[in-house]
Amino acid sequence: MLLQYIAIAILIFLSTALAGLVIVLGELFGPRVKTNVKSMPYESGMTPIGPGTRRMPVRFYLIAMLFILFDIEIIFLLPWAVVFRKLGVFGLVEMLIFILILLVGYLYAWKKGALEWE
Amino acid sequence: MTPLQLVFLLTAALTLVAAFRVVTTRNLVHAALWLVVTLFGVAVLFVLLNAPFLAVVQVVVYIGAIAVLFIFAIMLTRREMRDQGAQLNKGWWAAALVSLLTFGGLFWLTRSWDGFTRTAAPLPTGQDTLSALGKALVSPDAFVLPFEIASVLLLAALVGAVYVAYREK
Repeated sequence: MLLQYIAIAILIFLSTALAGLVIVLGELFGPRVKTNVKSMPYESGMTPIGPGTRRMPVRFYLIAMLFILFDIEIIFLLPWAVVFRKLGVFGLVEMLIFILILLVGYLYAWKKGALEWE
Repeated sequence: MTPLQLVFLLTAALTLVAAFRVVTTRNLVHAALWLVVTLFGVAVLFVLLNAPFLAVVQVVVYIGAIAVLFIFAIMLTRREMRDQGAQLNKGWWAAALVSLLTFGGLFWLTRSWDGFTRTAAPLPTGQDTLSALGKALVSPDAFVLPFEIASVLLLAALVGAVYVAYREK
């Protein structure tokens, strides 16, 4: 049973090993000359202004929240999509109702301008 | 030791260590990243329990969306990303005492239960749990009503999120 997942395990191992290897190689062979100017945060070549840790705009949070909700919609779609040919018209109508109800929320977010970034 | 047991023990150890780091690490962003490791360990445990769909849900929803939301929330609320205060307050011994008593009580209550030593029933091989779930979601004699109600719940969450978090210019 575990053999089905061997590809995922190999992928995880290789990506972790590669990331670790790159860090170790950089530590071993990279020249390190630390100066005050070098340890400054990079800001397109100019001297940075203000604190380095600025508050993120709340809009990121809103987008992440909308993403969660549509992510959960996808989770509902997935098992349905596996068998939707066998379910016939009834299953299709059920899923259409589900999506239509969520579409109301989508339209609300759209109309309110929550999807705009400006 | 079978390979299954080995994978389980390694995963369980990793999950426990990561969960411990979530509550002990000083840096909140690191805590969120350790939480991702914990959630991933739980996903592997789902795989070991023959529940691949739950494992996918765990990765897609919990790691892909909720952990991202946590990280955004941390970056939103912490002007300084590092917590300067002490991690323990004066009441730590009381909390430890209560935890210990709760653990002792639960241990005492469950000591006669044979579920810890009994061999568990074999897991359903479940080749087709996903299509069974898909059928159950839209069939009238199963979960079709909760399924549609879930969409109303999601709608309420969506409208609420937009209403609370979005301020019109």
